[in-house]
Amino acid sequence: MKPSWIHALILGVFCTGFGALLAFTNVFTEEPIQLRAVEDMQNSLAQVIPPAIHDNSPVKDAIDMTNDEGKPIKVYRAIKDGKVTGVAYEIVGIGYGGEVHLMLGVDTQGNILGVRATAHHETPGLGDKIDAAKTSWITKFTGLSLGAPPVDKWKVKKDGGQFDQFSGATITPRGVVKAVRTGLEFFAEHKTQMVELH
Amino acid sequence: MATSYGRIMRDGLWDSNGVFAMLLGMCPTMAMTTSATNGLGMGLATAVVMAASGLLVAMFRSYITQEVRIPVYILIVAAMVTLVDLTMNAWMHELYKVLGLFIPLIVSNCLPLARLEAFAAKEPVLPSLCDGIFMGIGFTLSLTVIGACREIVGSGTLFADAHLLLGPVFQFMEVRVFPQGTGVLVAILPPGGFLAAGLLLVVKRMIDVACGKEIQMAGAHSV
Repeated sequence: MKPSWIHALILGVFCTGFGALLAFTNVFTEEPIQLRAVEDMQNSLAQVIPPAIHDNSPVKDAIDMTNDEGKPIKVYRAIKDGKVTGVAYEIVGIGYGGEVHLMLGVDTQGNILGVRATAHHETPGLGDKIDAAKTSWITKFTGLSLGAPPVDKWKVKKDGGQFDQFSGATITPRGVVKAVRTGLEFFAEHKTQMVELH
Repeated sequence: MATSYGRIMRDGLWDSNGVFAMLLGMCPTMAMTTSATNGLGMGLATAVVMAASGLLVAMFRSYITQEVRIPVYILIVAAMVTLVDLTMNAWMHELYKVLGLFIPLIVSNCLPLARLEAFAAKEPVLPSLCDGIFMGIGFTLSLTVIGACREIVGSGTLFADAHLLLGPVFQFMEVRVFPQGTGVLVAILPPGGFLAAGLLLVVKRMIDVACGKEIQMAGAHSV
């Protein structure tokens, strides 16, 4: 029977050793991981802000704002020839499987440049049709604005609006339509702050 | 104890297969087999962790005392998982985007831990490494087969998105078996995982019986 401090020592040595190994790995991978995260963000922004309308990097020219629920959000700004031509920011809808995270791109007139789902837990084969990889449903938002269609048509067809729901899945598109409408209202309220360069 | 590498291979791939004989690691098995590609990716990541941790435990086995062996094994598995997680995030990012969420799940998989306790703790370095590799491959094959069954029935495809996992060369593996929209959704929902795994378990037992093998009770081999 060995004294108990032996076991403590062995466990301690292993923890220190593997802890050091992980610390070294972290040092070496930290920078590449950050670069990958920026690339990912650029790729998802490129889908909602057409490359033709900006000559800057929207990921770098981002401003911090607070949304209506008091959560901090980043507003990515497309800038061309010294003027803001469009903005993109994350909006959150409530779907069937919890939060649906979307990226919304809007030009300075309040017209939608594009919407994409970035993260969601919707049912495969039903609610996940909001994914641009599955169907083109989400691209139908492009070009719309708060006035077109009128505010009371910003609903799924089942609720008297103009947007298609999916057979067997109404909650997801309803949540997405509501999130996009709220996102546009947010832009309308904070337009000056979002498009003004300091 | 004389080491038979043929025995290690047979155990890992069939006789003591992690999923279909020992019924271990059911959490990632159910969660990640919604498609053959997901199953394959999860299996390969687990195999890497099992081989590395088997090697390390066998190397250090004379220093690890009985009383603290379980925390040390968990420490080693968790360290390997984190290592794989960080490395893949940095240098295999496309693959990481597919598997990223599920890699931390390997720590909660009891199969690596079971093999460390049952094998690597008692055997030399090389057999332990082989055991990790073959148990890992056996796990990968099981997950891929379950995934393939669920994917064919549920989405009508086979190996969809394989090029994201294995590179553009493997695009030829992606097959559409049934037209889009004809899938039986339940197969890719959680209940489908239990149904598919249960039915495949029956098939494996029937093959064993047909081959005249004695049916092993779950886990009996590892104790």
